[in-house]
Amino acid sequence: MGTTRREFILSTTRAIGLAALGGLVWGAYVDEVTANKLMLRPPGALDEADFLRQCIKCGLCVEACPFDTLQLARAGSNKPLGTPYFEPRDVPCYMCPEIPCVPVCPTGALDITKVSTDNKLDINKAQMGVAVVDAKNCVAFWGIQCDACYRACPLLDKAIYLEYSKNERTGKHAFLKPIVDSDFCTGCGLCERACVTQKAAIFVLPREVALGKVGDHYIKGWDSSDDKRVKNAEATTTTTEISKESAIDSLNDTEVLLDD
Amino acid sequence: MAFSRRDFLKSTAAASAASAIGMSVPSSLQAKADEAQSGWRWDKAACRFCGTGCGIMMATKAGKIVAVKGDPAAPVNRGLNCIKGYFNAKIMYGADRLKTPLLRVNDKGEFDKKGKFAPVSWERAFDEMEVHIKKALKASGPEGVGVFASGQYTVMEGYAALKMMKGGLRSNAFDPNARHCMASAVVGFYQTFGIDEPSGCYDDIELTDTVVAWGSNMAEMHPILWSRVTDRKLSDPERVKVINISTYRHRTSDLADIEIIFTPNTDLALWNYIAHEIVYRDDAEKIIDWDFVKKHIIFVASPVNIGYGMRRMDEKSIKEGKYTDLELQTIQKEMSKVVSATEAPALKPYGYKEGDVMKNEVPLVDGKPEMLKHWEISFEEYKKFLEPYTLDYVAQISKGNPDEDIEEFKKKLQTLANLYIEKGRKVVSFWTMGMNQHTRGTWVNTLSYNVHFLLNKQAKPGDGAFSLTGQPSACGTAREVGTFCHRLPADMMVANPQHREITEKAWKIPLTTLNPVGNQHIMKIHRDIEDGLIKFAWVNVCNPYQDSASAKHWIKAAREMDNFIVTSDGYPGISAKVSDLILPSAMIYEKWGAYGNAERRTQHWRQQVLPVGDAMSDTWQWIELSKRFKIKDVWGEYTLRNGLKIPSVIEEAKKMGYTEDTTLFDILFANERAKSYKLDANDPVQKGYDNSEGYGDNRNVKGSDGEVFKGYGFFVQKYLFEEYADFGRGHAHDLADFDTYHKVRGLKWPVVDGKETQWRFNVQYDPYAAKAVKAAGTNNSHAFYGTLAKALAQGDLMGVKDPTPKPLPNKAKIFARPYMDPPEIPDKEYPVWLSTGRVLEHWHSGTMTMRVPELYRAVPEALCYMHPEDAKTYDVKQGELCWVESRRGKVKARVETRGRNRPSRGLVFVPWFDEKVFINKVCLDATCPQSGQTDYKKCAVKIYKA
Repeated sequence: MGTTRREFILSTTRAIGLAALGGLVWGAYVDEVTANKLMLRPPGALDEADFLRQCIKCGLCVEACPFDTLQLARAGSNKPLGTPYFEPRDVPCYMCPEIPCVPVCPTGALDITKVSTDNKLDINKAQMGVAVVDAKNCVAFWGIQCDACYRACPLLDKAIYLEYSKNERTGKHAFLKPIVDSDFCTGCGLCERACVTQKAAIFVLPREVALGKVGDHYIKGWDSSDDKRVKNAEATTTTTEISKESAIDSLNDTEVLLDD
Repeated sequence: MAFSRRDFLKSTAAASAASAIGMSVPSSLQAKADEAQSGWRWDKAACRFCGTGCGIMMATKAGKIVAVKGDPAAPVNRGLNCIKGYFNAKIMYGADRLKTPLLRVNDKGEFDKKGKFAPVSWERAFDEMEVHIKKALKASGPEGVGVFASGQYTVMEGYAALKMMKGGLRSNAFDPNARHCMASAVVGFYQTFGIDEPSGCYDDIELTDTVVAWGSNMAEMHPILWSRVTDRKLSDPERVKVINISTYRHRTSDLADIEIIFTPNTDLALWNYIAHEIVYRDDAEKIIDWDFVKKHIIFVASPVNIGYGMRRMDEKSIKEGKYTDLELQTIQKEMSKVVSATEAPALKPYGYKEGDVMKNEVPLVDGKPEMLKHWEISFEEYKKFLEPYTLDYVAQISKGNPDEDIEEFKKKLQTLANLYIEKGRKVVSFWTMGMNQHTRGTWVNTLSYNVHFLLNKQAKPGDGAFSLTGQPSACGTAREVGTFCHRLPADMMVANPQHREITEKAWKIPLTTLNPVGNQHIMKIHRDIEDGLIKFAWVNVCNPYQDSASAKHWIKAAREMDNFIVTSDGYPGISAKVSDLILPSAMIYEKWGAYGNAERRTQHWRQQVLPVGDAMSDTWQWIELSKRFKIKDVWGEYTLRNGLKIPSVIEEAKKMGYTEDTTLFDILFANERAKSYKLDANDPVQKGYDNSEGYGDNRNVKGSDGEVFKGYGFFVQKYLFEEYADFGRGHAHDLADFDTYHKVRGLKWPVVDGKETQWRFNVQYDPYAAKAVKAAGTNNSHAFYGTLAKALAQGDLMGVKDPTPKPLPNKAKIFARPYMDPPEIPDKEYPVWLSTGRVLEHWHSGTMTMRVPELYRAVPEALCYMHPEDAKTYDVKQGELCWVESRRGKVKARVETRGRNRPSRGLVFVPWFDEKVFINKVCLDATCPQSGQTDYKKCAVKIYKA
């Protein structure tokens, strides 16, 4: 896309964004000012709710992106108008070490500390999302020697590694299956872009959507690094169907014992 | 030979797993397949891509290929594929497929070298070819007509081209892209075994304990074999060891127990180090299998001052000033070089010391230049040759990662040697382009067999040095058919009068028709075009203007000089772009064909669909061309550039019943034997399948005479295959008959009494070896029965002492060949090594795979892989563009510091598939002087910000 055309689109999108901010809201755009759970934000973005509060839809991050990865949500796209996002199947985040999109953010909606280690920019810390493999439709799980996603991964052998297992059907080949490690995956989407199936069998979702969460009351006894979660662990009063009545009330309720 | 019970079980398991005869699709699969066939048809074929040779099934619906599946009955891949194979159904249908001949013309429609391409008829295309070939023959004789041939030809089209070029036009300027790929392996086989191609087969993978990859990124280049190696490792992770030996880290290290990163070219020293350990520890540890060695092996030496296969300073284009001073800095080493400190210890046994000037020249035998000269020496001389290769010396020159601790590196080398040496441990050494694309490629190939021979670990189940082929039919066509300048079918040579006679008789052409001088290998063809000798060149199933090093020279020569370049292709690649005439070719499944893979497995397929547009097969193009030449046009007397006369054979031809006006078509292709192969719609092999050459087809393509082509009326593909196969039958190259290959999933030659051969030269497995041993009256375990260079003079490392040839029947050779520097090494101006190669997603120059949207999206451009510290040093950034510049040219590529390839400091890797990152403009066209194969793996470059 030529610079002029890109700037034109940017500026018109910005205008719509500002118009929306100015209160010019009509029915079709109602969804577009509220959080969209499936949007992938630039590196260093605050949590979605905070991000939406802080982002002033200025488009500076989009302008700074050298790969045209970032776009501003346009009217009719069913996304919060004027906010930056990317779609990795079209253009993934190439994880520039200088992260040009983040320092330009005037409001801290893109938070430099979230992509820094020891006050130095560190794109490997980005948490734009996490890649998920659809094992039914990933051809590597069929035994095809693919792994295009693995080789496309900027954190190869960390964010995506190969799991080897024997292919008992052929008796002499092995499966080389791509496995995502969410501790390292930044959600850049280079894997989703590279995937050779018709619709990508590996794709990036926001971490909130894709990942489960283990309670802090249980720590892995075999992994000392897991101990740090104790910091967040708190004793809380638990309530279930059986415990919701006070002890005295349930003790006094003896009728149920003789019910037929 | 005592076989342990475990060995026995393993070998029988492998035999039953791999024997293809009688192997059928499991009945459950077959039934389901039949049931499902409504509206489409499944038929077997071979994958279009690499030398692995996976079997596939193609689904055809309404005249188009719509789907592919791995063939579950194929022993190589058992229904699996890599992602190139996965897209076989999409490779023929790119939007810009060439559909009609295109000629450069002026406003009046006349041919004009400076004109633009315009569609022309096939008739006009052949008119132009005829005119320009005749012009070239007049100007330069047969040496003036060249063909860039291919390791991706089907067997039949390679044979048709060979017959027309050598038998018809009497030209040996006919050489394949396989020269760039396998030539060093071939000369290694010839010199060591006296016969081409590997002794082992893929079953070695399941049977071995140790896989050593030398200059072979199997994980990306032979993915299906790699998955078999992975399975073997998983089966016994403790026992099975995998070692990756490379000049940079790549995906094959993933599975490796040991990764050895060495400085480019020092693989020569690594092999000699292992041999040094074996020989110098033998007295104490009894390592060498002396019984085997004494019965089967001799020791051999050869000259070391043979140059680097570059142009010499007295060649025409150099004298005319077509090479810059910068280029000449490297090229002048072809004449002489100064012995460096690095190589001086290795060259000491040859009488050289550091600072000596080594004059490079072609060795002489009986006063004649003979690049392949070698002679027998004693074991003591060989031992003396090995003396320099101590651990300290080898580690010091070969450690390729400046950040690795030398002691750690030494430990790895010792472990490597000990794994080879360990008694009872089976070892397979695999290599591909790292050892072949090498200015000492032939040498390093022969060094691999040295180690295996000393230990008696060659040509046995699970044991052996095994050259993996790059192209799908580098073995089956280029090597077996002999589409090289110096070859004829079945390992015969144009230089050998008996071989020429056998061929002339088989082809029913007069004796002495064949030209005995075959030296125009593929780089020589380019150079002869640049020198103005070759005036006509035809590109077949390859892309020489993208795939040759020093590319700018050849493109200039094609575009700016008085010559006529023709390219037959499916798609408009760089070679088509620089041509004068483009012919639209039928692609792989649009024609009957056969390929031969790296384990000697020949696989056939039928024509599945009609070609796109007016495209016709290369076989058809060659046969149509033959109609344009009469005996009187081509069989007169010629004087070759070396002064040799090749005689007129026109009178001889008349005695054979031909006239001056008999066409080459009648002699070579439409002869009596050919016509005996009938088209028969009820023949189970042919039934229901198109045969565009046989019948013509309903596209009604107007052929070379302007009339609708109605077919030759006989089964031309079967004729070509059977006539070709006759050359090898009874000569240890036996192929089965045409029809058999349509019942099985390929067979490994020699196919004797209906049985394929798994391990050649081994008496237990190879009937030819058993026969040779019986004839010799010995009880040897092996017979290395190849016949080339099997009588040698005697001497020592310095040269021949007794020129009387001594025969060495059934023996193989161990070569003394030293470490030497490559001709271009990083220096102050050009401080970085450049290595080039491939990626899994793309095939060679990308003409097919870059047109498959999914593969294009996966890897849209070639990147420059480098170490992050080097990126800092040269002030370039991850994801940004940099220049990669050598003495020959420069390209812009995007910097990648964290991808699939992780070079150490001091080396960058750039793949060559991407015509927009035209890395062959940067590479050096130095070759192994013995094999003529280009070294694409090392030259010196500088890196800077773009």
